[in-house]
Amino acid sequence: MIEVHDLVKRYGGKTAVNGLTFTVQPGVVTGFLGPNGAGKSTTMRLIVGLDRPTAGRVSVNGKSYDQWAAPLAEVGVLLEAKAIHPGLSAYQYLHALAATHGIGTRRVREVLDMTGLASVADKRAGGFSLGMGQRLGIAAALLADPEALILDEPVNGLDIEGVRWVRHLLKDLAREGRTILVSSHLMSEMAQTADHLIVIGRGELIADTSVTEFIQRATVSNVRVRSPEGSRLRDLIAGPDVTVSSDEIGVLTVTGMTSDQVGTIAAEGGIILYELVPQASLEEAFLQLTQDTVEYRAPETSAELAGAGRNPA
Amino acid sequence: MSTTIMPETQASTGRRVAVAPVTLWRVVCSEWIKLRSLRSTRITLLVSFVLMAGLGVLAAAIAAGGYSRLPAASRASFDAVNTTLTGYQFAQLAVGVLGVVVVSNEYSSGMIRATLAAVPRRLPVLWAKAGVFAVVTLVVMTAASLIAFAGGMAVLSSHHLQVSLTAPGAARAVLGAGLYLAVVGLLGVGLGALLRKTAGAIAAVVGLLLFLPLLSSLLGSWFKAHISPYLFSNAGAALLRVHQQAGSLSPWTGFAVMCGYAVAALAAAALVLRRRDA
Repeated sequence: MIEVHDLVKRYGGKTAVNGLTFTVQPGVVTGFLGPNGAGKSTTMRLIVGLDRPTAGRVSVNGKSYDQWAAPLAEVGVLLEAKAIHPGLSAYQYLHALAATHGIGTRRVREVLDMTGLASVADKRAGGFSLGMGQRLGIAAALLADPEALILDEPVNGLDIEGVRWVRHLLKDLAREGRTILVSSHLMSEMAQTADHLIVIGRGELIADTSVTEFIQRATVSNVRVRSPEGSRLRDLIAGPDVTVSSDEIGVLTVTGMTSDQVGTIAAEGGIILYELVPQASLEEAFLQLTQDTVEYRAPETSAELAGAGRNPA
Repeated sequence: MSTTIMPETQASTGRRVAVAPVTLWRVVCSEWIKLRSLRSTRITLLVSFVLMAGLGVLAAAIAAGGYSRLPAASRASFDAVNTTLTGYQFAQLAVGVLGVVVVSNEYSSGMIRATLAAVPRRLPVLWAKAGVFAVVTLVVMTAASLIAFAGGMAVLSSHHLQVSLTAPGAARAVLGAGLYLAVVGLLGVGLGALLRKTAGAIAAVVGLLLFLPLLSSLLGSWFKAHISPYLFSNAGAALLRVHQQAGSLSPWTGFAVMCGYAVAALAAAALVLRRRDA
């Protein structure tokens, strides 16, 4: 279990984490979600004592991380891929980490096998791809068979097979009763992996909820409609609360109407439908939730840019 | 690529992987693995070794050739032992830079985060890095120094200028070269950990080893008398001499002063390491 209490971290004048309080429970995968710059990585560094908190406290399985005699057995952590001296091999890197906890080389070989790196174990890490770097980071996190895992964007740079592997791994580890905190800035990824969500923006807690609840609360839902008579359907369903967009020919995305309603209107108008799919847009719900807290945002339209230019500051 | 899931699906209760508490000794083992694994480290140590052992023989040959043309005063103060140890002036640069890089590399690659996550108390990492590097340097450079001495004396003996290792001060000077270089290594580790950036820390080491002695010799007699002897490399150099120069510190006092610099750098590094974000 990881407990974060009133955590504050300032770098100079900039507040990265602002009064965060949450608990990561064992037995489930907890997704740590937020836009870029929200403070996810900072929070993770604070949990394992790499950065010193300005205020507040963090405990891992009931103790401060640095109070544990064998900290890697409490928390395995992946903070950034390829954070390894380029001249070391994967094996040498893990061997050096293992030595601090008296872990034998058999276990080093084991985690190399587990992460699919056995065949490149003796190659210099400088030549590793981002995906191989991620696998090596995960291998390091698993080295001491820890009670808790903290992984910062672990699927970044992995291929589809690797993404699936990480997803299964995390679920299996959670099922064994371990505490899993995994960050991402992609809602869709979290929806498939996590059971619980902690959402932050600008260093503050936005939501601490189960994924199911989050999806139910997601107010925005779309209906994807594929029809050869798209423009006629568009006229029929037009209304003040309904928006219709089309990104590809013959496919409409309808917002503000249920799939039942769209289907009924189409039937009444005698319009052929090839496809009618309701889509709860998690991405959209996530965006709405974090809209005001996004740290780095591109201006949405050129009009907005021009307008901003005219406004006196 | 293996997609197999971990074989230990029963692991949560009984610990399957044997894990021991982090101790200073285990951190030392870890740092030793890192140090010996890096090709760049081995090459730089080899370069230091060759400089120390080879240049001594070369310097002895040059000195032997020119000896007959020296004025009597210079002949009287000719330090045969020190001549064979000339290589230390070059080896110290390689050793000092390597000491810096041993630490600063971890910062530039980001590996320091993995290192400190494994050892969150942090200070054992600094002591282990310093200790391992100092011992390796001491062993390698003492061997090089003995070879330089033996080779150099073989050359000088053809001109009957040789000194035996049992002569007063000779063994102290020869073994002192290893000690001197180990302390240079410690200074490098300390400055590397303090400054974290490779370029800045190397500049600091080179400045202490070469630039400050040069500067103080240009600044006039007061500096020469009161500051110069206490500068890092000037203080340490006394240990490698059999015939002491006027105004320099005695060998062991000089060495103690030199150690003071390294201790100060390591202490400052320890303070910073404990307090700063990694």
